[in-house]
Amino acid sequence: MEAAPGTLRRTPLAALHREMGAKMVPFAGWEMPVEYSGLIGEHLAVRKAAGLFDVSHMGEIEVAGPGALAFLQRVTSNDVAKLAEGQAQYSALPLPNGAPVDDVVVLRRGAERYLIVANAGNIDKDYRHLLDQDGREVEVKNRSDEFALIALQGPRAPEILQPLTTADLSALRRYHFADGTVDGHPAIVSRTGYTGEDGFELFVAPDAAPALWKKLVETGGPRGLLPAGLGARDTLRLEARMCLYGMDMDETTTLIEAGLGWIVSLDPGKGDFPGRGVLEAQKKGGPPRKLVGFEVLGRGIARHGHPVLVHHQPAGAVTSGTYAPFVQKNIGLCYLPAAHAAVGTEFEIDVRGRPVPARVVPTPFYKRAQ
Amino acid sequence: MYSDDRRYTKEHEWVKVDGDRARVGITDYAQNQLGDVVYLELPEVGRVLKAGETFGTVESVKAVSELFAPVSGEVLEVNSALVGNPEAINTDPHGNGWMIVVRPSDPGSVGGLLDARAYQALVEGAK
Repeated sequence: MEAAPGTLRRTPLAALHREMGAKMVPFAGWEMPVEYSGLIGEHLAVRKAAGLFDVSHMGEIEVAGPGALAFLQRVTSNDVAKLAEGQAQYSALPLPNGAPVDDVVVLRRGAERYLIVANAGNIDKDYRHLLDQDGREVEVKNRSDEFALIALQGPRAPEILQPLTTADLSALRRYHFADGTVDGHPAIVSRTGYTGEDGFELFVAPDAAPALWKKLVETGGPRGLLPAGLGARDTLRLEARMCLYGMDMDETTTLIEAGLGWIVSLDPGKGDFPGRGVLEAQKKGGPPRKLVGFEVLGRGIARHGHPVLVHHQPAGAVTSGTYAPFVQKNIGLCYLPAAHAAVGTEFEIDVRGRPVPARVVPTPFYKRAQ
Repeated sequence: MYSDDRRYTKEHEWVKVDGDRARVGITDYAQNQLGDVVYLELPEVGRVLKAGETFGTVESVKAVSELFAPVSGEVLEVNSALVGNPEAINTDPHGNGWMIVVRPSDPGSVGGLLDARAYQALVEGAK
C-alpha cells in the first residue's frame, strides 16, 4: 500500500491523535504526532512514570520457512542463532561496505518464523533488499499494514500494563516477548523500546489500536502516564545514545564507526554476511572515525548538520543534537577522526557561524537505575 | 484573543508602544508553534536595528527560529532575565516574555503593522 506522492500516510491512531489535541507533522512520509501536551513534560513523564507512543509507522517484515535462520544469518549482522523462540535482538542489514541498509529488531516468533521490525522510512528499501538476496526455502513478506505498534515506556509501564494483559510481565525479561492479549485484543507484548527505560512495545491489529490507546491512557493517567510524540521519542533515544537511522548512520557509515560493534557477530557459527571483512578489520584495528557523544560547553544548541571543527579545521558534522530535558544539557552525536575521539577531547561546533566549544563525553548521557 | 493594545507582524511578533519606546516579543501563536523554549539569544543594548533584520534567535527543544526586527530603531533595553529563564516565553509570551525595547527611528512605523483583528485572521488562516 503505497501512498501517492505528496500525500502522507496515516496510522490507525491519526484521527485519535488529532482529537486528543496532538500537534501533527510529516515524518518519513507519515503524518505523526510530534507533541501532545509539551515535549519536556512528555520526556520527563517517561523518565519518571510512563509515556505512550504511536510507532505504527514502523514496518514489520516476516521471514519464514525452513531456510529462515540460514537466510537471516546471511543478511543481518548479529548472531540470529542466539535467539530462542520469544526472544528479540537488535541487529542491522549490512551492505558490502559494512554500513547498514537499516537497523532493525529481529523477533523469533517460531521455530522457523521471524519478524523484522524496520524503520518507517526504510520499509520498502529493506523489503526490496531482502527480496534481492538469494533466499531458497524462505518466504519474505511485508506485513507492515497488518500491525499497529504502540510503545508504553517508563518505570511504571509494568504496573500499568499488567492488569490489562494475559502476559506474565514479571517473567518477561528485557528483549523478550510473549503472545497474549491486551485488554482483550490479541497482541505481541515485547519488552523492548527506544527510550532508555523499561517498557513494552505492543503489536496489535490496526482496528484494535484506538480502543487500546484510550484504555492505556485511562489506566496509566492516574499513574503519571502521558501520551507522547515523536519529539520526546527523539530526545529520549538521544539521551540513551541510541542511533537514529538517516541521522547518525546511513549507507556510508559502518556499524563499527557508529559504535554498533556489539551487534556485529564474528562468531564462527555466524558465517559470512555482507561487509563482514570490513567490519572485522575495523573491529580489530579500529575504524578511521567514530561516532561520539558530546556536551556543548558554550552557549548554544548543536543541531543535525552543524559543522564540526577540530583544531579549527572542518572535520564532519553533527548528526544529532538537542537540549536534553532530563540531563538538562545541550548534547549530541557526531563523527570525529579516531585520533580525536577520546573522551575529554575538546573541539568546536559551528552553530550558525559561531564556533562553540564542545567536549567528548562518556555515553549514554543517561542510564536508568537498574 | 489578541489584544488591541499592541500591533503584530506576519513573523509572529508583537510590538507595544509606550511613548517613544516599543516593546517587542513573540506572539502566543508563535510560542505554541515552537513548543518548549530552551534557548534565547538577544542583541546588545545600543544596537541599531533595521526593520526585517535578524535581532536574535529563539530555540525550542525541536526548532530554531530567528527573531526579526518589526521596525527600525535603537535597542534601549534587553530582557536579560529572560535569557536565563526562557520558559517565560511559553508561559507569558505577551507579558514577562518580552524580549527587547527599541526606540523606533520612525515613530509612525508601528502603525503600519497588523492590528489585532488582522493578526487574528492571519493565524486562523494558518490553521
